[in-house]
Amino acid sequence: MQVAVTHFLPLTHIRRERLLPVNGRVLVKKGQKVAASDVIAEAELRNQHILVDVRQALRLPRNVDVSKLIDRRSGDKVEEGDVLAQRGGIFRRVVRAPASGEIVHISGGQVMIELKGAPQQLLAGFNGEVVEVITNRGAMIEADGALLQGVWGNQRVNGGLLLMLARGRDDVLTDDRLDISMRGSVVVAGHCAQAEALMAAAQLPLRGLVLSSMSADLIPLAEKQEFPILLLDGIGRIPMNSAAYKILSTHEKHDLCINAVAWNAFNGERPEAFIPLPASGQPAPEAVTLKSGKTVRMIGAPYDGVIGVVVNVLSGQTLLPTGLRSAAAEVRLEDNQMVTVPLPNLDVLE
Amino acid sequence: MTTSVVDAESVLAIDVGSIFTRASFFDVVEANYHFVAGGVVPSTAGHPFYDVGEGVYQALERLQQITGRVFLDGEANLAIPTQPDGNGVDRVVLTYSVGTKLKMVVAGLLPDVSLESARRLATSCYGRVVDAIGLTDRRKPEMQVDAILRARPDLIILVGGTDQGASRSVIKLAELVILACRVLPKHQRPQLFYAGNQALSKKIKEVMEKWTTTYVAPNVRPGIDLEDIAPARDILSRAATTIHFDQIDGLQQLASICSTFPIATAHAFGRMVRFLSRVYDPVKGVLGVDLGASATTIAASVSGELALDVLPYGMGKGLAELLKTCPLKEITRWLPMHLPETVVHDYLWQRSLYPAALPLTEETLAIEQAAARQMLYLAIRHSQKNWVLEGMTFEPIVASGTFLCNAPQPWQSLLMLLDGLQPVGITTFIMDQNALAASLGAIARINSVLPVQVLETAAFINLGTVICPLSSARAGAKIMEVRLEYESGGEVRLDIKKGMLIALPLQPRQVARIHLRGSHRIEIDPRSKGGAGIFKIVGGACGAVIDARGRPLVLPKDASKRHELLLKWKKSLSGELVR
Repeated sequence: MQVAVTHFLPLTHIRRERLLPVNGRVLVKKGQKVAASDVIAEAELRNQHILVDVRQALRLPRNVDVSKLIDRRSGDKVEEGDVLAQRGGIFRRVVRAPASGEIVHISGGQVMIELKGAPQQLLAGFNGEVVEVITNRGAMIEADGALLQGVWGNQRVNGGLLLMLARGRDDVLTDDRLDISMRGSVVVAGHCAQAEALMAAAQLPLRGLVLSSMSADLIPLAEKQEFPILLLDGIGRIPMNSAAYKILSTHEKHDLCINAVAWNAFNGERPEAFIPLPASGQPAPEAVTLKSGKTVRMIGAPYDGVIGVVVNVLSGQTLLPTGLRSAAAEVRLEDNQMVTVPLPNLDVLE
Repeated sequence: MTTSVVDAESVLAIDVGSIFTRASFFDVVEANYHFVAGGVVPSTAGHPFYDVGEGVYQALERLQQITGRVFLDGEANLAIPTQPDGNGVDRVVLTYSVGTKLKMVVAGLLPDVSLESARRLATSCYGRVVDAIGLTDRRKPEMQVDAILRARPDLIILVGGTDQGASRSVIKLAELVILACRVLPKHQRPQLFYAGNQALSKKIKEVMEKWTTTYVAPNVRPGIDLEDIAPARDILSRAATTIHFDQIDGLQQLASICSTFPIATAHAFGRMVRFLSRVYDPVKGVLGVDLGASATTIAASVSGELALDVLPYGMGKGLAELLKTCPLKEITRWLPMHLPETVVHDYLWQRSLYPAALPLTEETLAIEQAAARQMLYLAIRHSQKNWVLEGMTFEPIVASGTFLCNAPQPWQSLLMLLDGLQPVGITTFIMDQNALAASLGAIARINSVLPVQVLETAAFINLGTVICPLSSARAGAKIMEVRLEYESGGEVRLDIKKGMLIALPLQPRQVARIHLRGSHRIEIDPRSKGGAGIFKIVGGACGAVIDARGRPLVLPKDASKRHELLLKWKKSLSGELVR
């Protein structure tokens, strides 16, 4: 059976498509080096308009053809105060543009002006090289380095120097462990259940926070933070998996890029941490056959986050201790304990 | 039923869910249609496959392994029709619930009239209403346009005006949609679904088609006091599927091998419930509950009239939606043991990240079952507002959904259903453990005999008849005498007290006559008023049950008393409690 994999790779080659949700301007060229927080494309969100009712403003009856009085055409750029329409006579009256923008529609005596919106910026997400420009939408970026895929992100992107605060896989982050010397770095810690710790991280501020896990109660607060927060193992008190801990603890003071998007299994977007390295890696498979010898991470109590190796994929359905039945595998855990785990509770690591 | 099967055709039903893809095969065995076997594999709509067809192929391979019948030819195409050697299949139907939810804006006139009907229409499909625009909306037109642009809906549902009624206001709304379309590139424009004043249908279609794909359906409010959603619902379902063709890779290719247009699982489930309501007692309604991974479908129907609601709660990704909208205490109240709220909160969030994972401990199973109870509770109360019938009396109640139907023991399924739905009167619970109900709803379009015959086979499990009397007596007071007279001889007498939940001593498939005699303050079944009754009863997987706990269920505020009570109910149905 082919299954999707989660990557915790000390060295790999990644290729990621970064696209604007709507057409816009691409700001990078093929071959250009980019950093995680570089803006590679931007688009103006066309979602603020003003409708000017010329007939009403000029107090004209219905039988008057207003279109003749409108001096503008669809597509014209206007500045605030520019005349849109006018009526001659002794008591000359004019209708002016209430704001700067572009006229997108004129009909029935109404002029619709599209206001200049704040540009929506698309960030590179990680340090790499643009290998392809996708016209009006974005770019394809490639890079070599260490890759760690998470399970939850607060929809922010940034990068900085990795600071390993976690003293072990079951580390717990508290506010008193964060100090001013960490300002501007990406801190790697273990579990966080303390709102004060997130607020302290914001006050410094950090450029990013990589955690093994976080209490569900902190999700609303984490979502409000401006810096990226990435969870590698999940929600709840889950120690950092050994594969991730090993990679992160051996790359202190390296650049670490965090693209903390929400995990979307449907479109394949996944929160990631990436450490660019000056070496060539090989692309990792996105799916593998689940079979003996594969390294897996357990999902769900009592083995949440524990890593093991598949010894045997059992045939048929296995009766689980809860009374449920499922396809299952025998897995040898890191402490040599053998456990039987349903296949849906196995996350294959590559 | 022994209806002869003329020109019998084998049918393959494919269901592409957000977690599993199923291929279910139906054929004639000894003059009647039967569910032969099903192949179930993980769905492949998303990463890393991005093609629902891959999962269907795997499910068919699994089905071939189980049945020995070859469905795929040498070029991996489905062999249609059945080949002379007996391989292949005659007809194919497809249902699906996978994919992102449609974003919809509803536009209508009065908030409590046409807009409310539009909302009800919208909730009959996998989607969510992201904005509503009506006559009492105080936003300026440009702000309404901006709201549409920000929401980026897939579909705008435009309603309003009775037939031959208001037209100017409806046209104004249509102009608003045109304004939104004008400022959007063609490929980003929302599609339009019009179900308002029929006098305007032709004009709306003519004008709006220039701007965007436009569907026209019968008015959801043909009269001010008359709502008729059903015809529009069918057309909306088709429109939604057409939009999904562009969003779900491989879906349209699969459609090309189907005998009928693909249909959303919720819609097909509703069809099945409506179909059953024509078959069963026309006085009582039929209720269908499908607790999926991303959505919960509630379908209630009486005499062919259907109310269909799709809610965003589910046992996978839908857990996150439950946590966002429901206080945690409402979930933990169903736990029969003490668990810190943070543990429950963390577990359910983590489960929403891994929608296919299974509970591995007694505690986590209890957490999931508590969440399922609360989802059923919320869903049924939400849907009740839209029902064509009053009260909570149904015959039967059909339960579908992997979590609900694959509980470790049938009594666990029944207890979740009783606690969550809280029906009254006399009801039979049917469990769809092979997830066939929606497929049968889709098949009913091309073969009306097959669903009826399959329903009468062991493909569905009869959990049992449940008698839920209503009584104003105090807790602990005797409210009913029960005499169970076995067909095989012998009888059992029981006194039922207010507050009891009791499994009657009736084995699966054992037949008996049940004699009920209630006190003056009891109503055994609201549909047949009165406190007495005699009827034949056949034991289901859980025998037969009397639920005299009262409605609504009241759980003690004190945690230890509540745990004690929940454990007592559990023991009552599991057979651990010695009567």
